[in-house]
Amino acid sequence: MLIRRADAIKSSEITSLDLFLRRREFLRGAGWVAAGAVLAPTLACGAEGEARPLAPRAGADANPFRTDEKPTAFKDATRYNNFYEFGTDKSDPRRYAGSLRTRPWSVAITGEVGKPGTIDLDDLLRPHSAEERIYRLRCVEAWSMVIPWLGIPLGEIIKRFEPTSGARYVAFKTLLDPEQMPGQRSRVLDWPYLEGLRIDEAMHPLTILATGMYGQELPNQNGAPLRLVVPWKYGFKSIKSIVEIRLARTEPPTSWNLQAPREYGFFANVNPDVDHPRWSQKRERRIGELRKRPTILFNGYADQVAHLYQGIDLRKYF
Amino acid sequence: MSPAWRKRALQSFTVTAGALPAAALVVSALTDELGANPVEHVTHVTGGWALRFLLLSLAVTPLRRLLGWSWAAPLRRTLGLTAFGYACFHYLTYLGLEHFFDWQLIVEDVLERRYVTAGFAAFLCLVPLAVTSTRAMVRRLGRRWVSLHRLVYLAAALGVIHFLWLVKSDLREPLVYAAVLALLLGLRALPWLARSRSRKPTLNEA
Repeated sequence: MLIRRADAIKSSEITSLDLFLRRREFLRGAGWVAAGAVLAPTLACGAEGEARPLAPRAGADANPFRTDEKPTAFKDATRYNNFYEFGTDKSDPRRYAGSLRTRPWSVAITGEVGKPGTIDLDDLLRPHSAEERIYRLRCVEAWSMVIPWLGIPLGEIIKRFEPTSGARYVAFKTLLDPEQMPGQRSRVLDWPYLEGLRIDEAMHPLTILATGMYGQELPNQNGAPLRLVVPWKYGFKSIKSIVEIRLARTEPPTSWNLQAPREYGFFANVNPDVDHPRWSQKRERRIGELRKRPTILFNGYADQVAHLYQGIDLRKYF
Repeated sequence: MSPAWRKRALQSFTVTAGALPAAALVVSALTDELGANPVEHVTHVTGGWALRFLLLSLAVTPLRRLLGWSWAAPLRRTLGLTAFGYACFHYLTYLGLEHFFDWQLIVEDVLERRYVTAGFAAFLCLVPLAVTSTRAMVRRLGRRWVSLHRLVYLAAALGVIHFLWLVKSDLREPLVYAAVLALLLGLRALPWLARSRSRKPTLNEA
């Protein structure tokens, strides 16, 4: 697969940092009518409210798409993985993911879309350029990494399939094939793995479908050939090896929530104030560091996403 | 081979075998092979060996009784102390590397998280057992020593519960430990059950 690096984007297509930081002001000025009927019902609540600061908060990333924090060693990011389809030990995915065949690969786009269908992955990706995004990744198990992903904003892909006004959620499904994914032979989870987002979360510019990392194709153990990356949510939301994207009217079932509803919510936003029932979420160990560091609300992306959850009790909807 | 020599060889073998996992950890640490999350790795490895050696120490008595392996009797203390050694290693890793001796966090953790509470309680049970493991203490405490050392059953049960409560969804490994513990405790109950059954007919006869 051709991976277009971020520098392949025409300079005319790149949003200036200044405009990006003032984008809400810009959008408000442009008027929400233009945002379209699809997004209006769910985004409306985020459009109102007091003016938010235009400059990033102290300590926040100057560019949220590319944090300045030091990326995790490639070796660690590819040997310490939670991908239960290949076993529950962190070293299992690297050991056993070789059996996954990532080409040919097709993705079904179904549900509330004007143009449903099953599309070959290369055809799905062809019209887009992969951009590099350097994001923090916070696992629900209280460890974290910084990963340079290569991906495409999910919103751009969804728009191509013309979501209907009934599309309020997006549901994702991982491949189900115990031949290729030996971990699926044991019933540690109810396979296939399922995840979901609210439509406004899915359309958010931070949300991407990743096809690569560290400047190369995604290693199998990291979710090849196509995975979700939602940097302000716990890692289990970022579903791997996706075969189906379904636009839905109602909140879709999600695997960890089905497994233990008291422990894993649908939203699963990174939040130091809402502990997992069995362990604390106040601090995290950045892989490569010894001492733990404090966990930040929305994994440090509050300036970009907090408005999506205005008026929502984050303790109740964790 | 004289019995005394054989006994000493068996002890040395057990002590050496007990030290091997710790030695392997040290080698891994020196060669940078502890993986992406070394603290987690050391915590898991030392906790696992504490539990395994504790269960091994509990296997000595049934083996002696059922198979007549009387030569194994002195290994019970060696295995128990090895388990305590790994439990200390595990606990110190938790205090020092997980929490950097932040006592406020540690107290909160022990009180609020049930798997930590269970693990801490298991460790507390092991302390008096290790302290009273010397020959002099066995003599001094007499019958009370036997009662006190029944705490090991509680320690092992709490250790298994600690493991069961901390895993995310894959219960297979902790359930293996639970089954082994159930077997070891069951074997102890057997002679007691047999005795209570054989007593009944005598009552009927009378």
